[in-house]
Amino acid sequence: MSSSSHWRTRRQRLALVGEQCPHCQAMLFPPRDICPSCHGPAKEPYHYGGVGSVYSFSEVYTAPDAYEHYAPYVVALVQLEEGPLLTAQLTDVEPEDVYVGMPVEMVTRRLRAEGPEGLISYGYKFRPVPERVAAH
Amino acid sequence: MRPALPVGIVGYGGYVPRYRLPASEISRLWPSGGEDGPVSSKAVPGLDEDTVTMSIEAARNALDRAGIDPAQIGAVWVGSESHPYAVKPTSTIVAEAIGAVPHVLAADWQFACKAGTEALQAALGLVGSGMVRYGLAIGMDAAQGKPSDALEYTAAAGGAAILVGPAEEAVARCEGSVSYVTDTPDFWRRPGRTYPEHAGRFTGQPAYFAHSLAAARELLAELGWRPDELAHAVFHQPNVRFPTQAGQQLGLSRQQMALGLLSPEIGNAYAGSSLLGLVAALDGAAPEQRILQVSFGSGAGSDAFGWITTPLLPERQQLASTVRDYIARQRQIDYATYLRYRGQIVME
Ligand SMILES: [Zn+2]
Repeated sequence: MSSSSHWRTRRQRLALVGEQCPHCQAMLFPPRDICPSCHGPAKEPYHYGGVGSVYSFSEVYTAPDAYEHYAPYVVALVQLEEGPLLTAQLTDVEPEDVYVGMPVEMVTRRLRAEGPEGLISYGYKFRPVPERVAAH
Repeated sequence: MRPALPVGIVGYGGYVPRYRLPASEISRLWPSGGEDGPVSSKAVPGLDEDTVTMSIEAARNALDRAGIDPAQIGAVWVGSESHPYAVKPTSTIVAEAIGAVPHVLAADWQFACKAGTEALQAALGLVGSGMVRYGLAIGMDAAQGKPSDALEYTAAAGGAAILVGPAEEAVARCEGSVSYVTDTPDFWRRPGRTYPEHAGRFTGQPAYFAHSLAAARELLAELGWRPDELAHAVFHQPNVRFPTQAGQQLGLSRQQMALGLLSPEIGNAYAGSSLLGLVAALDGAAPEQRILQVSFGSGAGSDAFGWITTPLLPERQQLASTVRDYIARQRQIDYATYLRYRGQIVME
């Protein structure tokens, strides 16, 4: 990822900021600035809560450059509770434990690094909603 | 020391990664004569975790408990020995992720294992002077120990974020703080080196105990608190023996130390250690309890804090994952997986 795209995408990667169309209320992620539903300008930032569920998933064994060291890992289509579907890596989970409909939440993790000298790219991944131990 | 305006902790959050390396895995590879390790297991970060990612999660937990607009945060400060960049701040990435940019002070702090409490003292001062309404202080580390070195058993990952704000919104008020520092060469790392060096037995009496106990005693004297009046006491936890003995030398009971002593299960979280212990104590404390927190950083120094919990604490305890939640969500790994997660298997 170049420095410019790194900078341009920082709010969506780090804080899950998308848009809500002011004309037809469509929920957009990633931000597009033009609403795909009504084609009106849509620049209202919307901060997604990061809660969703697994819509579909696939286990990756042959990973693209800069992701090889994660393999095998799970890439999922995650449906946010506000509506949008997005593609993200799942983390803190064994591939055999993933299922369609699994409740997940957004975490910010390392996506990739440009070798030992380049930028480290951070962004959203999803993990199973952790269990809570009983209150004290 | 205490700030001009009354201040306290308005939100707090810990983080411990999911993976555990049992001490038995290290002694299996590097037998040293059948002795038990200094902790039973340590917390290890996953492949996609570092001080930035763990700080972001702890900060989000602190914000969930505080329930404030992150744009009101006036400072984001991260203390660590393991910032992912040598040049480029951890704190700006954390501030961006939690929505605190752009009108915010951001800086990374360094003082071995007390970098996080140093940031906390500064946040108390900044909020307590009225310059900002809220300040976020984080202590977080993903520590590396040289293979086969004694530190390999304990060098762990984790830490906590403390959101400082006005005392009337606080779950724990700050009653005072003390620092005690000297030029003591017990542990260091030169630029460009992967692993720290340490002066063996020298790390105990002249370093850890001298500074921790002096800071603790000075603070208790300033506040007029007797050790038996403390509900909870938390020390820096490089192993199990040091904080346990420090507590005994102050006359503290096992019960007073219980909530905040995490090293037996997760090892030494370095700059995160005493802050994570404080968060674990807050997770389980009741209102109007006195808490003593004492950090230690090599080189060397200790920061001591006196906290009194407020009636606002119980309603905020369950607004985010507790330290116990994170410790319970564990997956044991073997030494080979540990090497892989720490990036020590060369792929090309
Ligand atoms: Zn629209």
